[in-house]
Amino acid sequence: MSDIKIQIDHFSYTYGDEPPVLRNITLNVRRNSILTIFGPARGGKTTLLRSLNRLTDIDEPGKRQGRILLDGQDIYAPSVDVPSLRRRIGMVFALPVALPMSIFDNIAYGPRLQGVRSPSRLSDLVQFALEAAALWDEVRDRLDSSALALSGGQQQRLSIARVLALEPEVILLDEPTAALDPISTAKIEEALITLKSEYTIVIAPHNVQQAGRVADDAAFFLMGECVEAGPASQLFTVPRDRRTEDYITGRFG
Amino acid sequence: MKERLIGFLLFLSALVSLASLAVITFFIFEAGLPLIFKVGLGTFLESSAWSPSGKNPQFGIASMILGSVWVTLGAIVVGVPLGLAVAIFSAELAPPRLAAIIRPVIQLLAGIPSVIYGFIGLTILAPLVRTTLGGPGLSVLTAALILGIMILPSIVSISEDALRAVPRAYREGALAVGATPWQTIWRVLVPAARSGIVASIILGMGRALGETMAVIMMLGNALQVPRSPLDSATTLTSNIGLELAYASGAHREALFATGVVLFVLIMVLNMLANVLTGRVVLWRTRLPVSRSIFARLRGRQPAGDRSGS
Ligand SMILES: Nc1ncnc2c1ncn2[C@@H]1O[C@H](COP(=O)(O)OP(=O)(O)OP(=O)(O)O)[C@@H](O)[C@H]1O
Ligand SMILES: [Mg+2]
Repeated sequence: MSDIKIQIDHFSYTYGDEPPVLRNITLNVRRNSILTIFGPARGGKTTLLRSLNRLTDIDEPGKRQGRILLDGQDIYAPSVDVPSLRRRIGMVFALPVALPMSIFDNIAYGPRLQGVRSPSRLSDLVQFALEAAALWDEVRDRLDSSALALSGGQQQRLSIARVLALEPEVILLDEPTAALDPISTAKIEEALITLKSEYTIVIAPHNVQQAGRVADDAAFFLMGECVEAGPASQLFTVPRDRRTEDYITGRFG
Repeated sequence: MKERLIGFLLFLSALVSLASLAVITFFIFEAGLPLIFKVGLGTFLESSAWSPSGKNPQFGIASMILGSVWVTLGAIVVGVPLGLAVAIFSAELAPPRLAAIIRPVIQLLAGIPSVIYGFIGLTILAPLVRTTLGGPGLSVLTAALILGIMILPSIVSISEDALRAVPRAYREGALAVGATPWQTIWRVLVPAARSGIVASIILGMGRALGETMAVIMMLGNALQVPRSPLDSATTLTSNIGLELAYASGAHREALFATGVVLFVLIMVLNMLANVLTGRVVLWRTRLPVSRSIFARLRGRQPAGDRSGS
C-alpha cells in the first residue's frame, strides 16, 4: 500500500466569476499522519477541505481544475457515489454541530444512515466513538438527553465522535477549536494525536501554535497558493520561503 | 417630535385592533350565550335536531359541528401532504430561480376570492365527483379538495420559512457524514422545523374551519350528519351564512351561539399555533423527555440505562 493517502494534483477552484480561490495546488497527505494547512484568513483552507469531501458540491456551482486522488482514485470521477465518499472522508466544522436529537442519536446518526440497525452494534459504535473523542466519561450517564444541552467544547468533541462513528479513513477538521477554551482545545488536540494511528487527518488549525503542536506535516497557504509544504519539524524551524518565515515569526512575536 | 407622533399613531392603531377584538368577542358572546344557557350546552352541542323556527324550536348543532370537522379534516388530508411537498421542494431542492417563481405563485392562491374557488368547485369539480364517484356531487369530498388548495398558501409559506430557518450547519453536518440530500431533509431538517410545520397545519385548519362562501357553494347545505365523503353536509359557518339574513328571535340568538362555538374553536387553534411557533426553547428542553418516553413505548431501554454496565 502506498504511503500516500490523498494526492492533490494541480488542483484549482473558483467560485462563480471571482478570481480563483485555490491556484494549482499540489500536495500529498501521508497515511496515518496529521497534515495541517495553515495561513492567514481567506487563504483557501476551508475551500480545500470542503473540496476533499466534495462539500463544495452544495455551494454555488464552482469551477474545478486538476485532480484529487484518494488511494489513487479520482474523487471527482463520475462513477463516485458522493455520500459514500463523505463517509470515507468525514468532516468536522469550526462551529460545533449538535443535531437536535439525543447524544446517542447524534453519534448513531451516520451509522444508521448506512443501515446499521442492531442496537448492540450501535451502542458499541457510540461508545467507541465517544471514547475516541475523549467525551465518553463526561456523557456516559446521559446519552439519552438532548445534545443541545452540551457545552461548546463537548459539542465539538461530539461532532468529532459523530464522524468517528462512521469509521472513516480520513478526518478533515476546519478550525475545530476556534470556538473553544484552552482546556477543551487541549483535550481535542490530545484526542487527535491518539487518533492518527488509525486515521489520516487533515486539519486547518485556528492558529500557528496549534499547527506546531499537532502537525506531522504542514502546508502554508497564502491567497490561494500553497507557498510551502513539508515536514512540520522543518517547516516551523527552518522555513524555505521568506513569506512562511514572516508569517510564523510574525505570529510568534 | 415627528418620531413621537408616528409612535403615537402606531400605538393608536394597535389599540384600535385590540379594541375591535374585544368588542367582537363581547358582542358575539353577549348575543349567543343566553341561548346556550337556555338550551343547555350539552343539548346545544350534542343534539343534531335543528328546527329553529316553528312552535317547538330545537337547537342542536351537532350535525354542523360534524360537517365542519369532516370538511376541515378533509382539507388537511388534501392540503398538508401537498403543501409540505411544495415547501420542501421550494426550500431545499428547487434551484433558487425556480423557488423564486414558486413562492409568489403559491401566494397568488391566497389572493383569489373564495367565491371563485366555490364557483370552480360547483361548476367543475362537483359534476366530476357526481359522475365518477356517485352521490350528489356537492359533497364533503368536493369541498375538502378545493379547501385543500385554499389552505396551501398558509401551509407552504410558514413551513417553508421554518425549513429555511434551520441552521445551515445542520444541513452540512448531516451531508458531511454521508447523508443523501433526501435523508438530510427527512431526518434532520423536517424534525428541526417541526414546530413551524405543525403551526402551519394548525393555521390551515383554522382557515378551513372559518371558510364560509366557498363551503356554502360546494357542500350542498343538507342539514344532516354526513355518513360518507360523498354526502352533502352543512358546517357551522355555512349555516350562519345561509340563515342569518332572515333569522329572528331565538333563531337569531342560536346563530350567534353557533358563532360562539366557532369563535372558541378558532381561538384555540390560533393560540395553539402561536405557542408552537414561539416555543423553540421549550421544545429543546422537552425533546429528550419525549424521546425517552418513545423509547420506553417501543420497549427498548433508553441509551443511558443500557450503557450503565
Ligand atoms: N461559498 C462561497 N462563495 C463564494 N466565495 C467564497 C465562498 N466560500 C469562500 N469564498 C471565498 O473564497 C476565499 C477563500 O475562502 P476560504 O474560506 O477557503 O479561506 P480560509 O483560508 O478558510 O479562510 P479563514 O481563515 O478565514 O477561514 C475567500 O476570499 C472567500 O471570500
Ligand atoms: Mg476557513
